[in-house]
Amino acid sequence: MIEVSDLTVRFGGVTPLDAMTVKFEKGTCGLIGPNGAGKTTFFNVLSGFVKPASGSVTAFGDDLLKITHFRRARWGVRRTFQTEQAIEELSVYDNVALAHEHSKAPSSSRRTDVLNTISFVGLETDPQERVGTLGARDRRLVEVARALVGQPRVVLLDEPAAGLPEEETAHLGDVIKRIPEHSDTVVILVDHDMSLVSSCCSVTAVLDFGKVIASGQTAEVLRDENVVRAYLGNQALDE
Amino acid sequence: MAATGVGSAERSSLSPGRLQPRSLVRPAVILALLLLVLFAIPAVVSIYYVDAGTQVAIYAIVALGLNVLVGRVGLVSLGQAAVLAMGAWVAARLLFATSLPFEVVLLISGLITMVLGGLVGLPALRLSGMYLALITLMLAGAITVALATINFPNGGHGFSGYNGSLLHLPAIRRPGIAQSDTAFYRYSVIFAALAFVLVLAHVRSRPGRAWAAIRQSESAALAAGINTTVYKMWAFALASFITGVAGALLAGANQFLYSISFQTQDSITILAVVLMGGIFSLWGAIIAGLLMQLLPALLNSWGVSSDWLLILFGVGVLQVLTTAPAGLIDQVPKDIRRLGRGIRRLGGGGRQPPAEPAASSEDASAMASAPSADERAAAVAARDSERAGESS
Repeated sequence: MIEVSDLTVRFGGVTPLDAMTVKFEKGTCGLIGPNGAGKTTFFNVLSGFVKPASGSVTAFGDDLLKITHFRRARWGVRRTFQTEQAIEELSVYDNVALAHEHSKAPSSSRRTDVLNTISFVGLETDPQERVGTLGARDRRLVEVARALVGQPRVVLLDEPAAGLPEEETAHLGDVIKRIPEHSDTVVILVDHDMSLVSSCCSVTAVLDFGKVIASGQTAEVLRDENVVRAYLGNQALDE
Repeated sequence: MAATGVGSAERSSLSPGRLQPRSLVRPAVILALLLLVLFAIPAVVSIYYVDAGTQVAIYAIVALGLNVLVGRVGLVSLGQAAVLAMGAWVAARLLFATSLPFEVVLLISGLITMVLGGLVGLPALRLSGMYLALITLMLAGAITVALATINFPNGGHGFSGYNGSLLHLPAIRRPGIAQSDTAFYRYSVIFAALAFVLVLAHVRSRPGRAWAAIRQSESAALAAGINTTVYKMWAFALASFITGVAGALLAGANQFLYSISFQTQDSITILAVVLMGGIFSLWGAIIAGLLMQLLPALLNSWGVSSDWLLILFGVGVLQVLTTAPAGLIDQVPKDIRRLGRGIRRLGGGGRQPPAEPAASSEDASAMASAPSADERAAAVAARDSERAGESS
């Protein structure tokens, strides 16, 4: 479980996160909001790339903000990036092993864990295939596998379906849905594809201008007046 | 915990058994080549070229260090010639001052250079790209000046071991088993091979994976739990260690060291030849060694001024930057295949084998031994050239 309270981030005069307060329970949670709402900034705070001006983040009882960025992966924070970052030069196996060898998981089970994770995300390529030769879908899946291998506690997926065609998004959705079944992980999914969010996430929080404007059951949140206004503007409600 | 012990039942096709060990053909070919270099070459060429061969081996190690820094981690260092000079200085000092076995001196010089070179690498933690290149170049300049002032040890006393009034300079000693030039050539080649094994062991394991991640994206590396600071320092330490060993070999090879022979600009030449040889393949380091040391020897014996090389290297780097980013090690096999395909097409009337995805640069050279893969690559190359022809 993650508790975020009064989290504020400032870049000069811009305040991408403005006293953000929200709770994420075990399972898959959606985090949506218009462009520039602060979703990626929030992920960057959790990964340690951005230092907040104030506020606190407590995850599974630990003060997350006190942990140095690269140690957070070992603690259990994993993520994918908006622009996919599978390491081209390495094989599929090495990409996933890379995260495993810097996690808490024992090295004796590396091979099994890595290969199981590769098949868990549904990658059917040869594990020794170089990632640079793979297509967009498979590279995304490699990145997701890298976020899942070892013992993650918080998995942050930043627009994993961006740029993927419909049937590949559906496959990705199946993978995301199955993640919490096998672990005590909090998965936070940021995406603009509402059908993906509603099919994967039972609960969703909505960010707008750095504030949480709604959170709760996904279906209800998507009907919320404030959310519709944030996405479509005032006119949509007036008509 | 997620995904561990998951899915193996549904997709048993992806069992650990799919990870096949690498074929033994490649190591066998490499071993044969090494034996050829060790025994056949010194048997047929003159001592002049054997000595050039020693220098090639030494500079291949230096190039290998830079190959790791630039090609694997993306850290551009323009201070490698200064690191080499430091290794040579330390080794010369130890060889005059102690009676330690040469191998022990090699190791100690490597370790001391590793610490000193690590200091050169410290800015790398904060800087990257052109700024890192500039800072390392400045440091190299400073080291060159310092070494010119201190002078290289020549059998004198004191810290510097330099005595300007000695009339008969004692030579830097060589290992007992490698007194002659030919024996020392073999000795250097063996240590160069060991340096390659050391680097290969790094690249194929945990540090190699971390370096690849850092080179592509530091944030992705951090998100995967990689301590980027430690791994960058590690790369500088490894490169400095082998460059220090190369410096010690250079001390043994030349037997007399003068500060005038270590110039700051050599660092730039080394980077140029490493780029030309091929920055993404470790084999490119051997090409770099050949370009840097054999080419001048050849020109010298033909009576051509080796200053022409600077122009050649300039054109070469331009060629690499514009058309062949992976260097000669990647480009030459491709061109040969393209040529072969062209000749076959002239004879066979344009038979077109089925198209296959393009082979990756590293695999392409590995595939060269297998005829089917060779043909496939040739097909791709031919397709490319045909397309080029159509569009022009």
